[in-house]
Amino acid sequence: MNVLEVAGLNVSVRDTTLVSDVDLTVGPGERVGLIGESGSGKSLTALSILGLLPEDVVPSGSVRLSGVDHDLIGADERALSRIRGRDLAMVFQEPMTALNPTMRIGDQIAETMLIHHTHPTRSAARAAAADLLDRVQLPADLLRAYPHQLSGGQRQRVVLAIALSNDPALLICDEPTTALDVTVQALVLDLIVQGVVARSSALLFITHDLAVVATVCERVLVMYGGRVVESGPVHEVFTNPRHRYTQGLLAASNLEAAGSRLTTIPGTVPAAGHFPSGCVFRNRCAHATDLCATTPAWSGTSTTGYACHHPAGAPHA
Amino acid sequence: MPNEPAPNHPAVQVIDVVRDYPRPRTSLLGPTPVVHALRGVSLEVKQGERFGIVGESGCGKSTLLRLIAALDRPTAGQVVVEGTDITTLPERRLRFLRENLQLVFQDPMSSLDPRMRVRDIIAEPLVVQGHPASGERVRELLEAVGLSADAGDRYPHQFSGGQRQRISIARALAPRPRILIADEPVSALDVSVRAQVLNLISDLVDELNLTLIFVSHDLSVVKHVCDRVAVMNAGQIVETGPTADVYAAPQHPYTQRLVSAIPTLERALSGATTTDLLPSKGETA
Repeated sequence: MNVLEVAGLNVSVRDTTLVSDVDLTVGPGERVGLIGESGSGKSLTALSILGLLPEDVVPSGSVRLSGVDHDLIGADERALSRIRGRDLAMVFQEPMTALNPTMRIGDQIAETMLIHHTHPTRSAARAAAADLLDRVQLPADLLRAYPHQLSGGQRQRVVLAIALSNDPALLICDEPTTALDVTVQALVLDLIVQGVVARSSALLFITHDLAVVATVCERVLVMYGGRVVESGPVHEVFTNPRHRYTQGLLAASNLEAAGSRLTTIPGTVPAAGHFPSGCVFRNRCAHATDLCATTPAWSGTSTTGYACHHPAGAPHA
Repeated sequence: MPNEPAPNHPAVQVIDVVRDYPRPRTSLLGPTPVVHALRGVSLEVKQGERFGIVGESGCGKSTLLRLIAALDRPTAGQVVVEGTDITTLPERRLRFLRENLQLVFQDPMSSLDPRMRVRDIIAEPLVVQGHPASGERVRELLEAVGLSADAGDRYPHQFSGGQRQRISIARALAPRPRILIADEPVSALDVSVRAQVLNLISDLVDELNLTLIFVSHDLSVVKHVCDRVAVMNAGQIVETGPTADVYAAPQHPYTQRLVSAIPTLERALSGATTTDLLPSKGETA
């Protein structure tokens, strides 16, 4: 039984489709990465799972979470707010806007537990908040501090403590360390992994950084132009990429390559709604042919495969 | 070429520079608190060198750049550019510096005037210095950074992040500088575009014989671009050396921590976990 099952997810705004036909499963305790450049639809996918899309952006398809007996798409706000923060938690990229500037840190952590009644009394929740703060390696006297008194890394650790406070079945992290320095990033990544492992929670980790995803996750999905173009175990996808976009992305991020020139992907990511029909990557792909004007079918299993007419490398073992 | 580099002088010399910023007074009677942004920084960048400065936020790298570009004055110490001490020069005598040293900033949206057409943005450094800003030169620059000539008629918001950074580079190259300072030029860009911009900077530095000072928080990007690197921490340079050496065998404990914290595909695929990025275990790995 999977913790999260997303099937045939589409997200559109008026007549522009932003995310099309995304299938995604996360097993219990599994750490899954979602990678792609800006505009690839990875954050929209996360927001539709949480039911936090803006007013005129409409999702369709199905999102099922274990322990919840209804579909999250189309569920009403009351039902969703019982799930959010309890079964499903999220760490956003920008920790300053995720925290309430007028509330003390301790109260913000305790609030999540009080709202979902996971701790019976205010004092029990306070004690649990102190414990959570300790788990993210912050001193207990920060309980009485306000968010503006903390550094970016400390704030992100507070956001993580809040997200983990009710032992969620699934934690979603959307670029949690992009705004942080590299040594702070190392600490926050480790706390995220230790946190989900200790709770046997599943993790959906969204980032554009291939090295981070390879360090944190076991399985990865590559998104481009609102579609999942390739998925599979991290080691397999990163050592033997089949989709031409994955191949290009890996080459472009390889700064260790011999010689002074980096391999590039020609052109730029088109704006939303301006991706070509058929294969979304064909206007930047050196291998594109007339065949690519038709949408490539998914080759492989539901968790390991790719959608490309002219795949690179050898078939998966 | 009217301005030939003065021979035998290093491009940039920074000698024991200190910069203190006073903070707002917190008490009526007590002394004003002071932030020590730079505490005795010395470095030398040779002509034609590609020099990297690496450090995390708040380490003083931006302060150092501002001093080298004479946008700020040091509290103590000297900044010498091409043999001229610029520390005490008044603004009207800094003209040589404004022509020979140009900057590319991190955020290509906030460093381009949204109400100016691209051709005016690129021509502005020429106009300010009193040079004739010909359409010919602007087209030449647009072509050099890989943009089409009709890009000049459009406004910055009509371009993507990578294209805007190309416009910034074209503007920096307009007065034919000899020193190019790039402050985190690729941190705001996507991976596939980052590679294009890094290649472009690399090519232009070679073609035009520029001295490059490249500032970044990302040691792996600096390693790709620069020959020599200085690692900064808390207002001081803790380590300087050829980039490959600093990266492969860091000497200072801070550099070791920095290098071990960088996640790389290679290490991850050979089984490294997030715990290996932390200092206690990372150093032995």
